[in-house]
Amino acid sequence: MANREDIKFLSNPNIGGADKKYCRFRKFGIKHIDYKDPDFLLQFVNEQGKILPRRITGNSLKYQKKVAVAIKRARHLAMLPYVTDLLK
Amino acid sequence: MLNYEVTFIADPVLSGDEIKKTVQSYSELIAGEGCKITHSDALGLKQLAYPINKKNSGIYHTLQFETETGKIVPLMELAFRRDERIMRFLTVKLDKHGVKYNDDKRSGKIGKSKKTVEREAEKKKEQMKETQVPKNADKPIKLPPNMAKPAAKKAEVEAPAVVAETPAAVEAPAVVEAPAVVETPAPAVAETPAAVETAAAPEATTTTTETVTIKATGDAVDLTKIEGIGPKAAEALVAAGVVSYTHLKLKSADDVKAILTAASSSLSHLDPSTWAKQAEYAANGEWDALKKWQDELDGGKDSSTEG
Repeated sequence: MANREDIKFLSNPNIGGADKKYCRFRKFGIKHIDYKDPDFLLQFVNEQGKILPRRITGNSLKYQKKVAVAIKRARHLAMLPYVTDLLK
Repeated sequence: MLNYEVTFIADPVLSGDEIKKTVQSYSELIAGEGCKITHSDALGLKQLAYPINKKNSGIYHTLQFETETGKIVPLMELAFRRDERIMRFLTVKLDKHGVKYNDDKRSGKIGKSKKTVEREAEKKKEQMKETQVPKNADKPIKLPPNMAKPAAKKAEVEAPAVVAETPAAVEAPAVVEAPAVVETPAPAVAETPAAVETAAAPEATTTTTETVTIKATGDAVDLTKIEGIGPKAAEALVAAGVVSYTHLKLKSADDVKAILTAASSSLSHLDPSTWAKQAEYAANGEWDALKKWQDELDGGKDSSTEG
């Protein structure tokens, strides 16, 4: 059996999977997402103002839908733009 | 009871009075239909994210109201649409989480950790306790035989909970009230620090016990950093009293093996011969040296000494 030193990898096998993604709403017990809080919602929106997908934000399906609804309401109330550049 | 929240944007050129009149008219409209307005928050003048009706800013306002049926909502929305001063509006039905969120937001709890909220709640309770004693001051004044006694009794009375205080007050009203009335300025000042101290003391002890337990669990988790110790082995060691690296390094390999076998037969196959040395590195904080040695070890076993 070869020792640890004999095995050399081309790229570090520990790469990726460094921080486990989790749904921040389930973890911290946040039940309601306020559409009147644009600073909080900016976390879920990219630089062009588009809603980020769930695989990027790590949200569970239930909360991703709530976030999407909150962002759309904020857009209606002109607290977030529909489309823009250099939002962040 | 249904809870609704309506947010509307009013024309920015309106003066403060006109805004108030607008808000007032809608509040009356809602209240007139038999609904109760729970809250009315002015969010003020804000920049819009995109121009509406060629205007770049607007005055935001929120009304939260409670109603039995939702019949007011279409009427209110029609009024909003007809009003030229209102640029946009949004009516939302609030569920129980939404209502709770709004209440917490108003009392400032959002954005603070649970611990700060608890601490502030405790502080408020103490303030309530202190203000309660002077309230009994309107009872007849009776000079106590010994002035020193009431001070001691008062400190003893205030330390336990408010429930304990009321029976004590009932049984010796004269003794307790006299200091509050007769000696009001100086002893009151002397007693409130005592009360605060005694109240602070239980708080302090609770925090120290917290930190003690946290410390224990912190070290217990770290035992798995030793190569060869997995979560089950770590549990067995902690249960036997080996909670830190210093404990582990002092134990001989045979002692450790005895602990493991006693805990569970599945753990008896583990070879703890190198654990004491690893624990020594860890206890001294020599993480680099430990890591280097762990790379040489194979599952906690020192292969260089075997075979």
